[in-house]
Formats: sequence, C-alpha cells, structure tokens
Amino acid sequence: MNTKLTGVILFLALAGVGWADEPTADVELTIEIPRMNVSEYHRPYVAVWIQDEDRQAVANLTVWYQMTESQEGAGTKWLPDLRQWWRRSGRSLKMPVDGVSAATRPAGDHKLSFAFTDPRFAKLSPGDYSLVVEASREVGGRELLTLPFTWPSEKLQVQEAKGEEELGEIKLTLQPAK
Amino acid sequence: MKRFFLSTLLLVSLLPATSFAHKVWLRPSQTVLSGPEPWVTVDAAVSNDLFYFNHFPLRLDGLEIIAPSGTAVTAENQSVGKYRSVFDLPLTEKGTYRIAIVNRGVFAGWEEDGERKRFRGTPEMLADAIPANAENVQVTESIGRIETFVTNGAPSIESIQPTGEGVELVPLTHPNDLYAGETTKFRLVVNGEPVEGMEVTVIRGETRYRNAQDEVQLTTDANGEFSVAWDEPGMYWLETSTEDKKTSVPQANSRRLSYAATLEVLPQ
Repeated sequence: MNTKLTGVILFLALAGVGWADEPTADVELTIEIPRMNVSEYHRPYVAVWIQDEDRQAVANLTVWYQMTESQEGAGTKWLPDLRQWWRRSGRSLKMPVDGVSAATRPAGDHKLSFAFTDPRFAKLSPGDYSLVVEASREVGGRELLTLPFTWPSEKLQVQEAKGEEELGEIKLTLQPAK
Repeated sequence: MKRFFLSTLLLVSLLPATSFAHKVWLRPSQTVLSGPEPWVTVDAAVSNDLFYFNHFPLRLDGLEIIAPSGTAVTAENQSVGKYRSVFDLPLTEKGTYRIAIVNRGVFAGWEEDGERKRFRGTPEMLADAIPANAENVQVTESIGRIETFVTNGAPSIESIQPTGEGVELVPLTHPNDLYAGETTKFRLVVNGEPVEGMEVTVIRGETRYRNAQDEVQLTTDANGEFSVAWDEPGMYWLETSTEDKKTSVPQANSRRLSYAATLEVLPQ
C-alpha cells in the first residue's frame, strides 16, 4: 500500500512536471470499457452517480446512452436496463440532462474530471459516500462497481476496482482539499 | 361441509375464470419502461402453469385500464386467441397504469321439473334466465378482479387507489418497485375496508421448470396487511378470494369475490 501510494504521489509529481499547464483535477475518474470479441457488439450504456450510506442517489455525474434518433427513436427506451441507476435516480429524471447525459463511448479508457466547486460535490454534506459505475450492454450483460470515498476530501483518496465483464478497471482519485 | 363442497364444485364448473385450480392472469411484457411513448403488450389467460398458455384465453370484455392521470384508456390490438388473449398499450403518460379485467356477474342454479339447471351471465340477463316454475333457486353474485401494473418513468400512485368495489390490493410499497431480497407490504381491502384473516397465495412464475408450485401462503393481520419477502426475481402471481352477503343483485343471497395480480420482481 505504501509503495503504491508513493508511486501515485511520484506519478502525480511527475505528471505535474510534464503538464505543468494542465492542473490536476480535484476529482478524477477513469473508466475502462473493455474491448470485446463478440459477433454483435453494442456500446454499453453507463451511469455514474454518487450515493449516500442509505444507497440514495445524491448526485448524477454522467449517463452515456444512445442520444441520436434511430428507427426506435432515441435510446431512452433502454435506460431502465441500468437497473440500479434507474431505480435510484433515472426514472425521475427528464432526459437528456444538461451536463450529465452524453453519447455512448467506444471501448477504451475514459477520463472524467470534476472540480470541488462543481455543485454536485460542493453540495454534499460531510460523510461517507460511494461512487457507483453501472454499465449495461444490449445483448450483453450488466455490471455495477462501487468505490467508497469520504467527503470532504481531507487527504488524497485513491480507490480502484475491476469489473469482470462489462467494465474494466475503474479508478477514482480525490485530491486533498486545499 | 357438504354444501360447501357442492358450491365449490359448482363454482369450478361455472366459473373457470375464478376457480381454485386454474390461475387467471394478465402478464405484461415488462413493468418498468422509459421513453416518449413505450408500448407494453399484455397476455391474458387461464392456465395451470404460470405463465404459460395451455388452457383458456381470458376474455377481454371487462378490461379496465386507468392511466396515471386517472382517465380510462382503451387497449390497442385486442385479440382473443385459442389459448390466450392479447392487447397492446401505448404509455403516452408518465407514471403508473393500472390494467385490470373486472368481471361482474351472477351464477344461478335451480331445479326445473326435477332437473338441475344452471346459468351464468350478467345480472340483467338473470330475470329472463330463470323460469317461473324454478325451485330451490340459488343465486350468487361474483366480482373478480385480475390486474397488473406498468410504469413509464417514475412510479405514481393516483391510478392505483382502491375503487371500493370487491377485493382490491393496496400496495403500501409501489407495485413497480419490487426487488429481490426486499420485503413488500400490502393491504387487502374488501369494498374499500381492510379485512383481517384473508388468505393470500403467492407463486413465482416459471412453474413449468420446477417440480413444485412453491407457493407461499400468507394471512392478513388486523389492518388487512401482509408482507411478502421476494427471494428471487421474476414474475409473481398473487391471489385471494372471499365470500360475503353484501350483494347488489336483489335475487342473490351471497357474493363471491376474487382477486389476482401479476407483479414483477427485479434483480438488485
């Protein structure tokens, strides 16, 4: 753990040197969508939200779904397949949601950054939370990963998880508050 | 006891749609939907197995659909087949739709010149059906409600309030918010009033793929309430029935009330 943490700090330090003009985001999330060798591949729907200890959704960070019109219309029909997100939050939203909904993304690593001043974080009352990533794929499966964190962020928090099917590695980094 | 048995037999022969052995049900293609105008398609049948079409179609005459706003809506593409009835419903409003088949009828038995005669139909048809020389006339009124619920977007409760007629289920937890591993509380009302001691049967579908019905028997408490713990996800069938003397048909001396609902329990 110590060496890992040192590694992270070292990396951050080096990153700081390398891209000095690009300040490190307060909250950074990377989501890996695995590359799959299947005959019929559809990009997954992905929802990312923050829930409190009672599993109540307190903030929506992102929802990737098929936003363009197809024969079946826009892809809102399949949003309930993100079962937990739909129950905790999605079903009471009017899609699309500004700053939250976005188009589906291809396989690979995707980075999301948030500032502590983002209202979705700034409005959190102090306590323990989970960041939840749920992915669901047409003619595929569904997977949900949870990363715990404490708010406000007093020290560097790094949480990682790895999915087995629909999600690859996900990593959450919260910088200490300045 | 013997009389009870006889009347039971009579019921089975006259009212297959509300008999003990056969299960009557409406089964929606899904219960939780989203989009500008998602459609749900519903099967209606009477069968031994849940939810397979192997006995009778369920007639759609008594179809009553209440939209989230409280207005009555008509189902599209209604069709009665050999083993099942089918209809479609576009969910143009956001919220919960109550889909029900309500059967209001009478059945009568009498003796005419020493022969037993039977009749089943509407209360209006009753006067013409029973001849003047009929003896030992027994008339029973029946109200049967078979229902299910579907929701577009966030669940709403306006359409699922009890109407005050017959047996109804009051979901204290929303019927389209049921999850495996959780427990749901319901209340049963008869004519809008809670009734203690009603026996409820709950069976998970897919009975064809197991050796036993695995039914759960529950009884309502003093508030007419009971709880169901959902062990597994799936489509579930819930059934209860009762009898009373609160008839609305003048010739009837007893009333038989039945209720059945299909509920979907989702995985966590």
